[in-house]
Amino acid sequence: MNKAMNEAMNNPMIEFERVTKRFGRRSAVDDFSLTVAAQQAVALWGPNGAGKTTAIKCLLGLLRYAGTIRIDGLDARRNGRAARRRIGYVPQEIALYPDMTAAETARFFARLRGAPASQAHSILAQVGLDDQAAKPVGALSGGMKQRLALGLALLGDPPVLILDEPTSNLDRAARDHFLHLLAQVKAAGKTILYTSHRLEEIELLADEAVVMESGRVRAVCPGHALAQTLGMRRTVKLHVPAESLDQALQVLHAGGYQASRNGRGVLVEVRPDAKAEPIGLLGRAAIAVVDFELE
Amino acid sequence: MSIATVWLLAQKELRDALRNRWFLLYTVAFVALALGLSYLALAGAGMAGFAGFGRTAASLINLVLLIVPLMGLTVGAQSLAGEHERGTLSYLLAQPAGRAEIFLGKFIGLALSLLAALALGFGISGLVMAASEGGPADPAAYLHLAWLAWLLSLTMLSVGLLISALSRRASVAVGVGLFFWLVFVFLGDLGMMGTVMVMRVPADALFWIALANPLQVFKMAAILDIRATLDVLGPAGIYAIQRHGDWLGLLFPAILAVWVLSPALVAYGRFAARGDF
Repeated sequence: MNKAMNEAMNNPMIEFERVTKRFGRRSAVDDFSLTVAAQQAVALWGPNGAGKTTAIKCLLGLLRYAGTIRIDGLDARRNGRAARRRIGYVPQEIALYPDMTAAETARFFARLRGAPASQAHSILAQVGLDDQAAKPVGALSGGMKQRLALGLALLGDPPVLILDEPTSNLDRAARDHFLHLLAQVKAAGKTILYTSHRLEEIELLADEAVVMESGRVRAVCPGHALAQTLGMRRTVKLHVPAESLDQALQVLHAGGYQASRNGRGVLVEVRPDAKAEPIGLLGRAAIAVVDFELE
Repeated sequence: MSIATVWLLAQKELRDALRNRWFLLYTVAFVALALGLSYLALAGAGMAGFAGFGRTAASLINLVLLIVPLMGLTVGAQSLAGEHERGTLSYLLAQPAGRAEIFLGKFIGLALSLLAALALGFGISGLVMAASEGGPADPAAYLHLAWLAWLLSLTMLSVGLLISALSRRASVAVGVGLFFWLVFVFLGDLGMMGTVMVMRVPADALFWIALANPLQVFKMAAILDIRATLDVLGPAGIYAIQRHGDWLGLLFPAILAVWVLSPALVAYGRFAARGDF
C-alpha cells in the first residue's frame, strides 16, 4: 500500500459523534458514534428497527438529530449542501420521475450535482444502461432502476457513497450484477457506508461491519468475521448416495455436527467460515459427496 | 443560493405541470370557456358573433374568479405533498440543493405553468376579438386584466403551497385546497353579505373586509381596469373611489402581492424547518 493510500485511509471521511434521534419517546438512534476512514467500506448490520436507515437519513439531513455528523470534515447540519455534494446516495427503492427517460434523469441530476452534462451519458454506460437511455424510468425493471440509482450517485464523482439496503428488492441475477458494480466502485477508492440484511453482501464488500441493535452499536468487527462474531451458523445441504445416508449421519454426529436427513441429502449446520469441513470429514470416511447447496 | 439550480428545478416543475392531467383539464376548460363566454356575451345582447372588449372582459373576470383559483390551489397543494408521498422529495433533498432553492424552483416553475395556461386562454380570446373586430378596443387594459389574473393565480398557488407544506398526503392537501376554493369563491361572498346584513357594516368597513379575500381584490381591480370606476359595487365601491381614488390602481396589486408573499413565506418556513423526510 503506497503512502498516499495510507494517508487517505487514516483520514476520517464520515464521522458520527454521539448522534441521537428520537421519535417521540423512542430512540431510533441512541448515542451513536462511528468513524469511517477514507476509502473504507463499512456496513451497518442489524434487524429491522435497529436504527440503520435512521442514521443514514440523519447523515443526509432528512431528519433532525442531536449530536454531530461530519462528512470530509464538514458539519452535515451547518454545511449540509457542501456535505451532500460529497455524497452519492442510493436508497432502498429509488423514487424518480417516471415520465423522464433514463437519459433525461441522468442529465437532470448531473446538472443538479454540478457535473458536466457529458458525464450523464458515460455514467449510464458505466452501469450498463446506455441501451436503455431512451426508456422512461417508469418502464425500467427494479434491477435497472437500482443501477440507475448507482449511476446517479456517482455523478459529480463524490468521494462518499451511501447505500441503504440497495439490493433488498432485487432478484438474484440483478443483485449479483449490482454487487459486481459496487465492488468496482469500491476498488476505485470510494468511501462506502451501506446497510444490509444479507450476510454475503457484508462478507463480500465490507472492511468493517457495525452491528446495531436498538439504535446503538452492539459490536464492530471485520466484515468477513461478522457471522463468527455473532455466533451465526449456516446450513449446508450435502447430497450423498442413498445407500450412504445413514452412515453419513453417523459420521457427522460423531464429528460434533448437528445434522439431519432431508430427502436425498443431509442438512448440516456449519460455521460460516468452515462450510467445507463436513465434506472433508465425509471424504475421509470414504463417503462421496455428489453435490452440495448453501441453504 | 444558486440561480442555476433554482432555474433547473423550475424547468422540471414546469415540465411536470404541463404533463399533469388535472392541470391540462383546467387549462382546456379555461380556454374553451373563454371562447364560449366571448361568443355568448354578444349573443345575449341579441346579436350573433363575438362580443366587444367590455363584455368579453367582464365575462372573463367571472371565468377567472371561478377557474383560476382552482388551478392555483390544486397545483400548489399537489406539489410538496405529492412529491413527499411519491418519495421523490426526500431523494431531491439528499442532493446538493438547498431547501430554499427547491422551494423557489417549485414556485417559479408552477407560476410559469399558470402563466402559460392564462396566456393561452387570454391569447386565444384576444386573437378571436382581433379577428372579429380588428383587435381589442383597449389592448393595454386587456393585458392588464391578464396580468391581474396571473397575480390572482399566484396568490392561490401560494395558499396551495402552504396547504401542501402542512400536509403529508397529496389527496388531503388537494381536499383542503378545494375547501379553500369554496371558501374564497362562494362562502367568502355569502359570509360577507350575511355579515353586512346582520351587523349593518358601514361602507368603509365593508371595503376593508372585502380586501381580506384576494378574489374580491382581483374583482375590484379588474372592474376598475375595464370601467375606471367601482360604482357597480355599490356603496363600498363608491366609498373606495371617493376615499382612495387613484391609489386604488396601486393598492389592489399591492394587496395581491402581499397575498402572494405571506402564505409562500410561511410555507417556506414550514418546509425549511421540517425535519422528518
